[in-house]
Amino acid sequence: MARVIFRWTVLTVMGVFFLLPLVAMVEFSTRDPETWPLLLDWPRLAGEYPALAEGILASLAQAALTSVLMLVLLVPTAIWVRLRLPRLRRVVEFLCLLPLTIPAIVLVVGLAPVYAWVNYLIGGSSLTLVFAYTILVLPYAYRAIDTGLSAIDVRTLAEAARGLGAGWTTVIWRVVLPNIRSAVLSAAFLTVALVLGEFTIASLLHRTNLQVAIEFLGKSSATVSVAVSLTALLLAFTLLLVLSLAGSSSKERRS
Amino acid sequence: MTGVAVRLEGLRRTFGTVHALDDLDLAIEPGELVALLGPSGCGKTTALRILAGLEEATAGRVLVDGRDVTRLPANKRGMGMVFQAYSLFPHLTAAQNVEFGPRLRRGSLARAAEMLDLVGLSGFAKRYPHQLSGGQQQRVALARALAIEPRVLLLDEPLSALDAKVRVQLRDEIRRIQTEVGTTTLFVTHDQEEALAVADRVGVMRAGRLEQLATPSEVYLRPATAFVADFVGLSNRLPGSVNGDVVEVLGARLPLVTPHAGGAATALVRPEAVDVVPDPGATATVLTSSFLGSTSRVTVSVGDQLVVAQVPSGRLPDLSAGTRVRVTIQPVAVALE
Repeated sequence: MARVIFRWTVLTVMGVFFLLPLVAMVEFSTRDPETWPLLLDWPRLAGEYPALAEGILASLAQAALTSVLMLVLLVPTAIWVRLRLPRLRRVVEFLCLLPLTIPAIVLVVGLAPVYAWVNYLIGGSSLTLVFAYTILVLPYAYRAIDTGLSAIDVRTLAEAARGLGAGWTTVIWRVVLPNIRSAVLSAAFLTVALVLGEFTIASLLHRTNLQVAIEFLGKSSATVSVAVSLTALLLAFTLLLVLSLAGSSSKERRS
Repeated sequence: MTGVAVRLEGLRRTFGTVHALDDLDLAIEPGELVALLGPSGCGKTTALRILAGLEEATAGRVLVDGRDVTRLPANKRGMGMVFQAYSLFPHLTAAQNVEFGPRLRRGSLARAAEMLDLVGLSGFAKRYPHQLSGGQQQRVALARALAIEPRVLLLDEPLSALDAKVRVQLRDEIRRIQTEVGTTTLFVTHDQEEALAVADRVGVMRAGRLEQLATPSEVYLRPATAFVADFVGLSNRLPGSVNGDVVEVLGARLPLVTPHAGGAATALVRPEAVDVVPDPGATATVLTSSFLGSTSRVTVSVGDQLVVAQVPSGRLPDLSAGTRVRVTIQPVAVALE
């Protein structure tokens, strides 16, 4: 009985801890009845808050490009390491996990001189943040893809396909990728969630994205800024929910 | 379809200081099924993988139909392979798996359907691998390997993950199908019964070398070396004395497989060549007897020597532990250790 009470107490306290700020955000953002309708009216939003619109578009483009770059880099690497360089697996895993251990602020200090060159060579577009974000998402994306690869016998499948006449591109594209689809989807969702919530690097490298725009907007129109924050948060929640549902349904299929 | 000749010449493969293959020479005739048999780590799978192009030889050549393919990548060799582990593509149905090769090569999909029919699974075409049993999966894998009209069929312990009954069934089926399509085949296994049952010739390997390559009956009845005699089937190690081309063991004169200099030697005698008959006046005693189905195995103590005999199970009641028995050995050729 005592354990049940304890369990419910913890659950309630944690629930309140997480939900209270959200409820407060809903309450605050609905004080002005114009706020939420405005968010659904893109032309008006873009007209009234051009910086915010720019931030939203920049973040969406960054999320999409980071996902693509991450997949292009990581999927063939992870497959190759498993097939041909199994001894390097620990090293690659360590390298991919490094960004998790380095605080964003330290990362920026290291990235600043690199970005001075990026500015010089390809300009200061907010899309150049994609390079930094690809490094930032490595720990999560690598884990997701590696777990997917662990669930199948990559080596045997690849060898079977090679024997049937498939080149390496065909092996990756038509044999390995379809079998790690949910892992790839997880990696992409995690990337999108992470990029949509990223603030530090963008702000310190003087580039714009959704979070930078929200922070900037907070100074002039608090209700809109809170409403947009809430929307971004709910979007990330939805992505993670879809991800966990996709993961569990693929597990059921396998069993 | 007619098979092609395969030659492995002086194949070497080293992993650090370990020689997985040590100057292996092997010639397979067109349409022949050769089984490579040996304990784990003897290099048989390495030989097959080098032939498939999945591994590179440190030295030596691989010739298929007279052409040197040693440097040709696996996807250009046209070899069908069935693996020990289930290797069907999990996201494709049985039919799609079999069609994978022909589609890549723009070959005939009709042949894919034909092969699925040949392995008796045309009714399972729309099933996914996880909806098939282990035996069915290996059959689909065989159909998939044959669908590309391979020049050589490579079977890497394809039955070892299956249960005993399915294993025997599929083993016979592999032999039937191979005879029907006539593809030159290399079958790798550590199961001697399997090798003897399916192959035209059996190659017994040890430490990266071929100890003997001969027909199953020759390997069994006239083992070239003590290792072959010991590895293929059970053997009694009985002390004897060599005199000319015979060895005298427990009072029996047995012809030798290979001539020997003479003097004392250890003969390797098959349990089925040993017979035991109850005889109260004899000195040998039954120690244990175990029922194996149609035959039984009886261990007898002759002085300080243990002898294993294989007898029809019908005689087992007369051979309980402690029974005095007379031991006789049939005069079949034996190898010396």
